[in-house]
Amino acid sequence: MRNFPPEIVMEAVANGLLTGAVYGLVALGLTLVYGVLHIINFAHGALLTLAMYAAWVAWAAFGLDPYVAILPLVPIFFALGYGVQRLVIGPASRGEDSNILLVTLGLSIVLENAMLAIFRSDTLSVQVDYAMEVIEAGPMLLSFPRVVGFGVAFVVAAVLFVLLRMTDTGRAIRAVAKERTGAALVGIDVGHVYAVTFGIGTACLAVAACLLLPSFYVNPRVGNAFVLVAFTIVVLGGMGSVPGALLGGLVIGVVESLSGLYLGDSLGQLGIFVIFILVLLFKPTGLFGARA
Amino acid sequence: MLEVRDLVAGYGLTRVLEGVSLDVTAGEIVAVLGSNGAGKTTLNMVLSGLVKPRSGEVRFAGERITGLSPAQVMARGLIQVPEGRKIFPNLNVRENLELGSYRRAKANRAKNLEKVFATFPRLRERVAQAAGTLSGGEQQMLAIGRGMMAEPKLLILDEPSLGLSPLLVEEMFTLIRRLHGEGLAIMLVEQNVAQSLDLADRAYVLEHGAFALAGPAAEVRENPELKRAYLGL
Ligand SMILES: Nc1ncnc2c1ncn2[C@@H]1O[C@H](COP(=O)(O)OP(=O)(O)OP(=O)(O)O)[C@@H](O)[C@H]1O
Ligand SMILES: [Mg+2]
Repeated sequence: MRNFPPEIVMEAVANGLLTGAVYGLVALGLTLVYGVLHIINFAHGALLTLAMYAAWVAWAAFGLDPYVAILPLVPIFFALGYGVQRLVIGPASRGEDSNILLVTLGLSIVLENAMLAIFRSDTLSVQVDYAMEVIEAGPMLLSFPRVVGFGVAFVVAAVLFVLLRMTDTGRAIRAVAKERTGAALVGIDVGHVYAVTFGIGTACLAVAACLLLPSFYVNPRVGNAFVLVAFTIVVLGGMGSVPGALLGGLVIGVVESLSGLYLGDSLGQLGIFVIFILVLLFKPTGLFGARA
Repeated sequence: MLEVRDLVAGYGLTRVLEGVSLDVTAGEIVAVLGSNGAGKTTLNMVLSGLVKPRSGEVRFAGERITGLSPAQVMARGLIQVPEGRKIFPNLNVRENLELGSYRRAKANRAKNLEKVFATFPRLRERVAQAAGTLSGGEQQMLAIGRGMMAEPKLLILDEPSLGLSPLLVEEMFTLIRRLHGEGLAIMLVEQNVAQSLDLADRAYVLEHGAFALAGPAAEVRENPELKRAYLGL
């Protein structure tokens, strides 16, 4: 193994943490939906792609900076997720979890092909003047978009934490996750809570999309790459665990960054899948068990 | 207060309730007895709107509530403490109780929380404990406390003494008597026949989805049919 000077390794770790927070944001939506609805949402990747196109259109057509676009896109994607669960996934699945799986899979195929038809398979990107900017932190050089991504991801996680702990809606979400009958008996509308949860998961994607756009290209399949990583994070953090998703994201970010450094960029993702297999083998409940 | 007429209900192809009629009037304790699998819990699930009946009618406080959602039913004051407690294991004691007033009596949340803690001092000692780690008896207290948070007009208790030690069973019946003393109408579903009949004003005995026996508790107790319905003799 090659020896790098400590500041290079430190910088790789820091960059890994920064990217990992945004990975964690993508995983957050996935783990929340899993924890409450007990399904793996196969449309998560396609919805992330859709959010990235939406942020791109906001920039290309309306001149909105991707970071500013967070403000309109969060309510729009919350409403979209709410509607998709309430009007499509819920009715189509008729209460059978295995049906939900197929419905989300079908939804992702429809979305991907629609985007392919509209945007072709060209890669698109935004040009913003801060894309290449770096921030000096001691001996390290950190990319500005990643630092922003890190900060915003933590703000979103904190807001979500407060929502789930301190509000009746949040408590209802946690209640439904573990005890549907009891929830219905205290007057919680379980269908509504499912849709709200799906909406929150989709809104997290809208934020992630805006954070990723300054440094990543958009194409009709871009979301899947991130969701594959997010799925590893969800397993690592414990299926359904919100803090687990964020911490898992940080771990995976660092693993990716370090294996990129030592094994070369093209093998950066290799480390992630080694971790994935190791977790499945030795700690299938993840670092944080299966709490919602 | 509660009028049930010719209720037929089941799951898939199986019929569980085969035409059940029952009344609970204001301020009354009514016991619903019956051996395992007779359909008591199914009856409760239909009353709370969790299982849709095939035919028949449920009226509560003069209003037809058949076909309403569970949230709509409980908003009217028909509150059920279900079999198996169904508390939220991942939430702490306080959060469980607060969710009891999620849809009803929210304005009185603080006042009712005090009242529940006064009734169950044990719960006050454990406000921050995850409900899933409470003992069985404490979980039952929590389930009843959660029901009380919604200021019930009629409280349905489904086997509240299930899995409790004899001493706690005694305490449970004392508590039910006290709630009744405060003017609450109670429908008590139980396997503890003798104690339930001591407590109740009237009783129904469910057998294979229909009432085999109904009447004032004292009469039901003396009826030889009771033994037959219960022991299947
Ligand atoms: N969700 C369900 N799906 C299918 N059948 C069910 C379901 N719930 C209950 N049953 C059946 O309905 C019948 C009545 O069950 P129910 O739970 O109402 O009985 P119970 O009188 O409450 O019994 P216990 O005293 O043991 O609680 C049983 O034969 C049971 O197997
Ligand atoms: Mg039962």
